[in-house]
Amino acid sequence: MILLLLGITLLTFSLTKVLPGDPVQGLVGERAQPEIIEKIRKELGTDKDIVSQYTGYLKLLLTGEMGRSLYTNRRVLDDILIKFPNTIKLAVGAMLIAIPLGISLGFLAAYKRDTHIDRFISSISIIGISVPVFWSGLLIMLFLSLKLKLFPPSGTGDIRFLIMPSLTLSLPAIATFVRVTRTSVIEIADMPFINTAKAKGLSIFKINSVHILKNVLIPLVTVIGLDFGSYLNGAVLTETIFGWDGIGRFTMEGIIKRDYPVIMGCIIIGTVVFVLINLIVDILYHYLDPRVRLYVSDR
Amino acid sequence: MSPTGKIAGFLIIIISCLAIFSSLISPYDPDRIDLDGIKQPPGIKHLFGTDNKGRDILSRVLYGGRVSISIAVIAAFISMGIGLIIGLYAGYLGGWVDTSIIAIVDLILAFPSLLLAIGVSIIFLSPGIYTVMIAISFVGWASFARLIRGYVLTIKDAPYIEAAKAVGCSNTRILFVHLMPQCLPIGLVMAGIKLGGYVLTEASLSFLGLGAQPPMPTWGSMVSMNRVYIASEPWMVLFPGLAIAVTALCFNLLGDALRDKYGLKTKM
Repeated sequence: MILLLLGITLLTFSLTKVLPGDPVQGLVGERAQPEIIEKIRKELGTDKDIVSQYTGYLKLLLTGEMGRSLYTNRRVLDDILIKFPNTIKLAVGAMLIAIPLGISLGFLAAYKRDTHIDRFISSISIIGISVPVFWSGLLIMLFLSLKLKLFPPSGTGDIRFLIMPSLTLSLPAIATFVRVTRTSVIEIADMPFINTAKAKGLSIFKINSVHILKNVLIPLVTVIGLDFGSYLNGAVLTETIFGWDGIGRFTMEGIIKRDYPVIMGCIIIGTVVFVLINLIVDILYHYLDPRVRLYVSDR
Repeated sequence: MSPTGKIAGFLIIIISCLAIFSSLISPYDPDRIDLDGIKQPPGIKHLFGTDNKGRDILSRVLYGGRVSISIAVIAAFISMGIGLIIGLYAGYLGGWVDTSIIAIVDLILAFPSLLLAIGVSIIFLSPGIYTVMIAISFVGWASFARLIRGYVLTIKDAPYIEAAKAVGCSNTRILFVHLMPQCLPIGLVMAGIKLGGYVLTEASLSFLGLGAQPPMPTWGSMVSMNRVYIASEPWMVLFPGLAIAVTALCFNLLGDALRDKYGLKTKM
């Protein structure tokens, strides 16, 4: 994970080398005095060789300095801190829709295996991963907002603004969760401990909600961790469509205007979030899967 | 192969033919601007309607298919080529070569693919179809390399490889004459599985304005440019998006059928 962070900072660092323009000039502005520029150059180490330049860049990043936007001249980090909670709201909203719906549909498909219901749910789920989010988002906007007038079409604000983008973002996630749940339920339902539970006379509800669900959660958490990147992808597109003022749209605007400090700041933040999510997933394993706990205490 | 897979394959052939022969079958020139017939709803004259410049949407969807599908297919082949060679070397040589290659592969697979593709495409400063191909392949080779490497590990101790070594074949000869033909089929299956995703990535990149530049039509850029008219003229957005969805769906169904038939376990 540290390696991933280093790799990405190396990528963004090499971008600053490839792109035209002097980063120091970007930091201090155009009318700075030559002596000041020279002083900052010394501080950052840009007058030295490439390795110490890279460490200087890392030092700047660690203090939270990502430069200023070329257009608004605001600090990139300040903007990210304003927009980041909005993206989190969107992601949480999407998960609140996707996890219950995905799990229950997956259970249903597994129990009605090889019937029309199963085939229907499976085909819906493969459609879910095939439809581009930017298009499904526009269709949702067209029907729920412009035709039925239920929600405002775009903007940032309270829950009314949040529902449509969350719904859009949740569609591919639901599709994946259904598939994962279906396969794991089918696999787990044949295991001996489920037979034991049945033989003990536990109710079907208890077997499903305790014994099977607990085991389904493990692969599901893995998938959420692995696929988190694709939800970030989706966030770039959904936020652009719905005018949701989050990191995704910020990245997008940066790309359109070629505002390099903004783009690089967003890529770095995206990576940091990604690494954190994977860390959380690893910690969750510890609680969900007793085998992981045993393995750790054995060592 | 399952009947769904066969139907999907058949539909893909039809879609590809429509795209390849778009210059013969499309009713209008896709770039012809007709200011007397702007924003026409779908009808007999224009089956899919016209856009804000009076261009026929059906023709643009057909021509756009040519660009979108060929980018996805070429990107799949580039990814397969790079992944095949790197996977062969990693699996056969082992040791630190293998370890470092797998580290890079994991790094790429772990990162949000679209963000990575965006990052790659802004290095190549001008957006365009080649940038999209490079961006998709830059991310795409990793999953091929991992698959091929795993397969090479299982076959590299086979007797015929040992025999080849005994008669004094060079490593290069063993890799490209003896091992590569074995790996090519699973590489092709993997390419089939991945194509649906590549169609979507291409569409997303052109939606974001990083793909083929106007006036060249692609499905993603058509949705992107016409989306301001979604309320009043929804067909401008509906048809190009439907084209993406149907194509990606067919490729994904075919991919699933291939996966089931050849028993490949891959991360989606």
